[in-house]
Amino acid sequence: MTSAIEFRDVSRVFGEVRAVDDVSFAIEPGEFFAMLGPSGSGKTSCLRLVAGFDSPDRGQVLLEGQDVSSVPPYERNVNTVFQDYALFPHMTVLENVAYGPRVRGVDASTRTQRAGEMLELVQLGAHGDRRPAQLSGGQRQRVALARALINQPKVLLLDEPLGALDLKLREEMQIELKSLQRRLGITFVYVTHDQGEALSMADRVAVFNRGKIEQLAAPRELYTRPRTAFVARFVGSANVADATLAQAINGLAQPFAIRAENIAVKAEAAAAPAGDIGASGIVVAVQYHGAASRWQVQLDAGEVWSALIDESRAQNGLAVGTRVRLSWPRDAAVTLSVS
Amino acid sequence: MTLRAASTFFYRRPYWYIALLLVPPLLWFGTVYLGSLFALLAQSFYAIDEFTAQVVREPTLATYKQLVTQPANVDIVLRTLFMAISVTVACAIIALPIATYMARYARGRMKALFYVGVMLPMWTSYLVKVYAWRLLLAKEGIIAWFLGKLGLMGLLDAALEAPGIGGPSLSSSYIGMFIVFVYMWLPFMILPMAAALERVPGSLLQASADLGARPAQTFRNVVLPLAVPGIAAGSVFTFSLTLGDYIIPSVVGAPGYFIGMMVYVQQGTAGNIPLAAAFSVVPIVLIFIYLSIAKRFGAFDAL
Repeated sequence: MTSAIEFRDVSRVFGEVRAVDDVSFAIEPGEFFAMLGPSGSGKTSCLRLVAGFDSPDRGQVLLEGQDVSSVPPYERNVNTVFQDYALFPHMTVLENVAYGPRVRGVDASTRTQRAGEMLELVQLGAHGDRRPAQLSGGQRQRVALARALINQPKVLLLDEPLGALDLKLREEMQIELKSLQRRLGITFVYVTHDQGEALSMADRVAVFNRGKIEQLAAPRELYTRPRTAFVARFVGSANVADATLAQAINGLAQPFAIRAENIAVKAEAAAAPAGDIGASGIVVAVQYHGAASRWQVQLDAGEVWSALIDESRAQNGLAVGTRVRLSWPRDAAVTLSVS
Repeated sequence: MTLRAASTFFYRRPYWYIALLLVPPLLWFGTVYLGSLFALLAQSFYAIDEFTAQVVREPTLATYKQLVTQPANVDIVLRTLFMAISVTVACAIIALPIATYMARYARGRMKALFYVGVMLPMWTSYLVKVYAWRLLLAKEGIIAWFLGKLGLMGLLDAALEAPGIGGPSLSSSYIGMFIVFVYMWLPFMILPMAAALERVPGSLLQASADLGARPAQTFRNVVLPLAVPGIAAGSVFTFSLTLGDYIIPSVVGAPGYFIGMMVYVQQGTAGNIPLAAAFSVVPIVLIFIYLSIAKRFGAFDAL
């Protein structure tokens, strides 16, 4: 099967900055693919290369097996939902949605009808004659989605599409986007810096850092088996022991990561369970989160680690400033490659 | 009252603060500017006694009747209007690519260079520029000389033989006057247009291309409609400046009168203040008509 999108040794350089640094990967048709990373990590640059707003300095970008490196955006069967939605302010909502068919020469009555159908799909059928400025953020988001889908693209690109929405709306839209993608069966490429969003929606996630992909894996694998310290920290903020700290803890100079929820906190004098390993430190902060509390503990080696403790396992008498012992089952530690 | 008490007073009472800001300029604007303008307009409803050459201070439409019925006066209005429209259209056509480059493509030093370049002529005396143009456009001037060197003299002669707009030389033809007007008012078109284009987010152009629009379609459907408020603002400048100017038509071009010259002559040598006032109402009326047409075509919808 031909990949929907393929990057072959792609580089894009802006002056001194390698925005995309020799990246190769493939996205399968119908896949919900997330590109995750902090700002400036190269994920948006990759998206722009797929959309055609930019072309690679080296390597090839393929859409359905065709090299499109020099094909302009208006000749690609790919559409984008922009971070700021990019709705045309001088057109009505219906005209915005009908814009794609309009510039492709579809006659007025057909495109108006199709735009109306697309607005129904995103539950905005009654808002066609409004201006974008008269809509709420969530409604604008849906218009942008309808406008991008009307051309029936093979691939839909979404550039931080939920970034401007409040938390509750964002969670609703996540569910809606996911079910829309299943229904339409088209490839979604979703750029985000929010690891929760990437993990909950995507089939596979590519974690970007400094222009390279650190790890490309399914969400569960990414979370349970991070390959590098960067991925361990960025996805679910794990505690990372570098070679020196690892040497001090278990006598092996091999970096490892340990999730906050796998760590137990005990008074230093208490006996550790057999087979557990651990480290000692001083409690510097406790944040109450309802079902659990996050304990910040400064290890004797200097690093601050966090432990997520269920309220049911809460221990009294371990206030800020007391010395504690952190411990975890040996098999909960994930060995990291030295990057 | 101490400064601190005064600060607290105005901080707690925003309307007093706004009043403090606005009253002095509004007094100036209201009395000196609008007051004198209305005094002038009121004059246009008087008429001059043809025997005594004195202004008769009784409301009458006689002066306006004189303005719209005397063919010579109608000619002046039409000539000025036609020139203003031509200059505005030419400025818009020349300014659009320059403003597009300045707003969308130029960066850093290049951008600064263009903005300074556009504004630089405005730092020079207006009269110096007009007289310089008269020399440039003269029969023995550098433009005629250069066209001669290129062997294009025939082209210039053909243009100067055009009925109505031609003349013995560029500097004594309406073509020459048109060139000077366009040169003079071009910055007033470029700057608002560039400001309007600067405000168009780049993502709108990307969205248009993304949805399948070729560059020409993006220009027509997205860039142009969003630049229209800037074009409208710029064209109000070029249109009204041409309608009111009296120096360029008296230094460069054919001998036919323009509205501005008529105002100057009527209130000066001829001493017919009412007719001068009536003539100065004409540009105001024309600009109102122009703005209402622009509004009807949706020029301000994107504001």
